[in-house]
Amino acid sequence: MQNVKKLGRQTWLFSKEIRILGSAVAVGPLEGQGPLGKEFDHIHSDNYASQNSWEKAERTMMRDAADSALSKSSLAKDQIDVMLAGDLLNQIITSNYTAHELSIPFLGLFGACSTSMEGLALAAALVDSGFAQYALTGCSSHNSTAERQFRYPTEYGGQKPPYAQWTVTGAGAAVVGEGPYGPKITHATIGKVIDLGIKDPFDMGTAMAPAAVDTIKTHFQDLERGPHDYDLIVTGDLGRVGYAILKDILADQGYNMTPVYNDCGIMIYSADQDVFSGGSGCACSAVVTYSHIVNGLNKGKYSRVLVVATGALFSPVSFQQGESIPCIAHGVVLEGGR
Amino acid sequence: MAERTKQIKFQLNRETYSKETAAYKPKKNVLWNSLKAFLVGGFICMLGQLIANFYMMYFNFTERSAGNPTVATLIFIAVLLTGFGVYDVLGQFAGAGSAVPVTGFANSVAAAAIEHRSEGYVLGVAGNMFKLAGAVIVYGVVASFVVVLIKKLIVG
Repeated sequence: MQNVKKLGRQTWLFSKEIRILGSAVAVGPLEGQGPLGKEFDHIHSDNYASQNSWEKAERTMMRDAADSALSKSSLAKDQIDVMLAGDLLNQIITSNYTAHELSIPFLGLFGACSTSMEGLALAAALVDSGFAQYALTGCSSHNSTAERQFRYPTEYGGQKPPYAQWTVTGAGAAVVGEGPYGPKITHATIGKVIDLGIKDPFDMGTAMAPAAVDTIKTHFQDLERGPHDYDLIVTGDLGRVGYAILKDILADQGYNMTPVYNDCGIMIYSADQDVFSGGSGCACSAVVTYSHIVNGLNKGKYSRVLVVATGALFSPVSFQQGESIPCIAHGVVLEGGR
Repeated sequence: MAERTKQIKFQLNRETYSKETAAYKPKKNVLWNSLKAFLVGGFICMLGQLIANFYMMYFNFTERSAGNPTVATLIFIAVLLTGFGVYDVLGQFAGAGSAVPVTGFANSVAAAAIEHRSEGYVLGVAGNMFKLAGAVIVYGVVASFVVVLIKKLIVG
């Protein structure tokens, strides 16, 4: 059975011992003050990260994360065969500039906030298939660049509803390859685009929950597993609203998620931080996974984790034209220990 | 297995999903929000009245002519608060209370100008300044035209 690489239609099984050899994150001040602050590699004290535009600040954070991930894996950038990265800005510009600076062969990704696990799954697949010995993957988001891209100017005094979410400022990166140490990437489940007709761009948790449900359910069926097979199952950025919806839908279908389930958008901020229903953005799942979860796997706190990064694949034009929000979720299984 | 005996709540189709999930969203507290808007909006208007009285008392403006310097002063304060990053915090608290007065209009122009400063003064600042405020101007003009038309037709 060594050559089986696919279980069902959507789940990949990696046959080599592929690991996250090094990972790192960079964040803005608000995220640094959150409950996971101690585990972050770079915490910038201002949202500009000492740059003169927010776009450059986001780029700086992606570069910080990539550089630290490389140094933690003890690899130089010219040893990396491919870089897979994405972000939320037009033409994934943050990733393009970062890839230019790093001069690593580059494949740009857009999966909105699911980019973190899209990149990790593809990096593992490229290493597993032998097209790359080492791959670097990462993604970034910035509260102010995302607000400009998708909503209003940062200083505009519009009132947001309590179910809105707060885009995480930060970036996460990981070096993937075969090696002796680090969390093992064992499976990935590639999601389908699901759209149940939600049109309110502030209501991302409700819009994305069915995509996460679909991916998690498919993952369980393909692997004949259930929630009890994991120490922790996290979704990327459903926030408090989506978290509750996902739990209830899966309970309807016979999966009790309560003991193991959490959401990166809830984990990254504390309850007293004013972020509406929780965090969102590409960086949300990347920052939590590449710091807290990787650390937890390395230290034995967790032994098997499923990370399901959720993305809302709408554009500023599509929602203004009254279209609903198509959503996606990709899951990757990480196992701890040596 | 109590979960299984529960009646299936979610159909997971486009027709029903929005209704099935409506209860999960935290409700907006309309009464509290209205009260906040009323108080903040009222405070801004009171401030305007104080400024108008000030101009009338010390600079010999009449009640009619004090309007222009009063509006200019309010706009100046709003733009300053926008630049210091205060007005958006106020906006989240007060909603329409800080959006409807002239200060809200000033905030929408200043916020867009600050936001697009990095794209240059011509295409960035000037080209985007009225991105949000433009709608207010367009429909303000259209509405006033319609109102005047009705007045002319009915009152003569």
